[in-house]
Amino acid sequence: MKPAKFDYYRPKDLPEALSLLESSGFDGKIIAGGQSLVPIMNMRLATPECLIDINGLQDLNFIESDDRVLKIGTMTRQNTVETSQLIKDQCGLVTEAVAHIGHLQTRNRGTIGGSIVHADPSAELPLVMMALNGTLHISSEDETRSVKAEDFFLTFLTTDMMPNEMLTEVHLPIWKGRVGSSFQEVARRHGDFALVAAACQLELDAHDRISDIRLALGGVEAIPLLISDAKELLAGERLTDAALQKVADVVAGSVEPESDLHASAAYRTQLAKVLTTRVVHQAYERAKGSAVCP
Amino acid sequence: MSLTEINVTINGKAYSEWVEPRMLLSDFIRETCGLTGTHVGCEHGVCGACTISMDGAAVRSCLIFAVQADNREIKTVEGLACNGEMTALQKNFVECHGLQCGFCTAGILMSITDFLEKNPQPSTKEIKETLSGHLCRCTGYDGIVKAVQKTVQDNQKEVLQRS
Repeated sequence: MKPAKFDYYRPKDLPEALSLLESSGFDGKIIAGGQSLVPIMNMRLATPECLIDINGLQDLNFIESDDRVLKIGTMTRQNTVETSQLIKDQCGLVTEAVAHIGHLQTRNRGTIGGSIVHADPSAELPLVMMALNGTLHISSEDETRSVKAEDFFLTFLTTDMMPNEMLTEVHLPIWKGRVGSSFQEVARRHGDFALVAAACQLELDAHDRISDIRLALGGVEAIPLLISDAKELLAGERLTDAALQKVADVVAGSVEPESDLHASAAYRTQLAKVLTTRVVHQAYERAKGSAVCP
Repeated sequence: MSLTEINVTINGKAYSEWVEPRMLLSDFIRETCGLTGTHVGCEHGVCGACTISMDGAAVRSCLIFAVQADNREIKTVEGLACNGEMTALQKNFVECHGLQCGFCTAGILMSITDFLEKNPQPSTKEIKETLSGHLCRCTGYDGIVKAVQKTVQDNQKEVLQRS
C-alpha cells in the first residue's frame, strides 16, 4: 500500500503549473486535495511519473458571484464550499450535495475541482454540475476554453479534458425567482459513494406552476444522467401525484444501471424512481415556501 | 527523484528532514519522527485511524504526501494533552469506555477535537455522522458517542460557569 516512485513539482502559479503539465505529457498528473488520487496511487492503480501539486495556487481558491453566475475556483476545499453562506444563498443545491461527499476529514482536504475531474459516476459534484448544466473553465499552456457539463463527462472516470489541460474554475447559473432544489442519495453507510443519487432544481410561476426544471441522476450510468424529458412532462403544471408518477416512470424507463457487488440493477432502478419522486417533490415544496428573490 | 527537504512543525516542535516524494505523511510521522501515536490502518482513506490535524483541520495523513506538509503545522494525538493533563475529550473516553484496543482512538480524538471546535453543540446525529469516518471494531461506537456527548455537556457547563 505504498505508491510507486514519482517526480514531485510544486508550481508557484498557474502558468508554471500548465507549463509543467505540457512538458510532462501523458506522464503528468495534477494533485489537488488528493482524496481520490492518493488512494488509487497507494493501491498502485495509478502510477503517474510526475505529480504536479497545485495546493500552493491560492488564486484558484475562491468563491465569487456576480449576481447571475456563481464562480468557484478549482482549489476551493469541499469544506469551504459546504460552509459558504454565499453558495447556500445562491445555489443551495451545491451546499446540500457537498455534505454527502465522504467525511469531515476528507472534505477538509478534498477540492471541488478534484472531485469533478475525477468524474466518478456516483459522485455528488459531477451530478450537481450536470443538474445545473454548469460551465467548466479549462486551461492549457496555449489555450483557455469553457465546456458545458452536458459535454464534459464522457464515460467512467473520463472527461473532455486533454492530458495537458487543467480545470481552473466552475461556473454555476444563479436562478432567480421562486426556486427550490433538492439533493438526495441512498448509500449503504454515510460517506460511502451513493448507490443512486438524485438532484433537482425547479422554478415556479406565481400560480405554483412549474416554469423550469432540471433533474439528474447519479450512479445509474457511466456519467450523471440528465432527465431532459422532465421539463416537457412537468412545465406549465402544478405538481400532482400523477405527474410525479409519470416522471418516475420515465426515469425507470431511461436508466440502464449495472449490477455490482453493492446493488443489483433492479434495485438501482427502483432507487432511481423513488429518489426522483422525493427530490422533485421536495424541490417543489421548497420553491413554494421560498421568498421571491429580487 | 532525489530527496526533498521539508520543514514541518509537529506538536510545536520543528522537524527538518529529507524525504522521498512518495513517502506518506503517516509514515513520516511514525517512522521519521517516531510519533507512533498516529496509527495506520487501511492506507486508502477509509478507516480514519491516521487522522491528524494539519493547519487546524482534521485530515487523513495516509492521503497526503510528506512533501505536501512542508511549512505546515501539524498536531497529532501526542500533542493534545497539555503539561501531561489530558483534554476533557480524552478523559471522557476513559470514563465512558470509548475505547478497548485503542487502535482507532487517536484518529477519532483528532477528528472530534476539530469537529467540536467548529460545532460546539452538535446533535447526536451529527456526532454519529462525523464518527462514520472512523472504523472501530471493538466498542460498537456506543461508548464513543457517550464520551463525545459528555464532552459537549462538560464544555457547556464550563461556559456557563465562566459567564
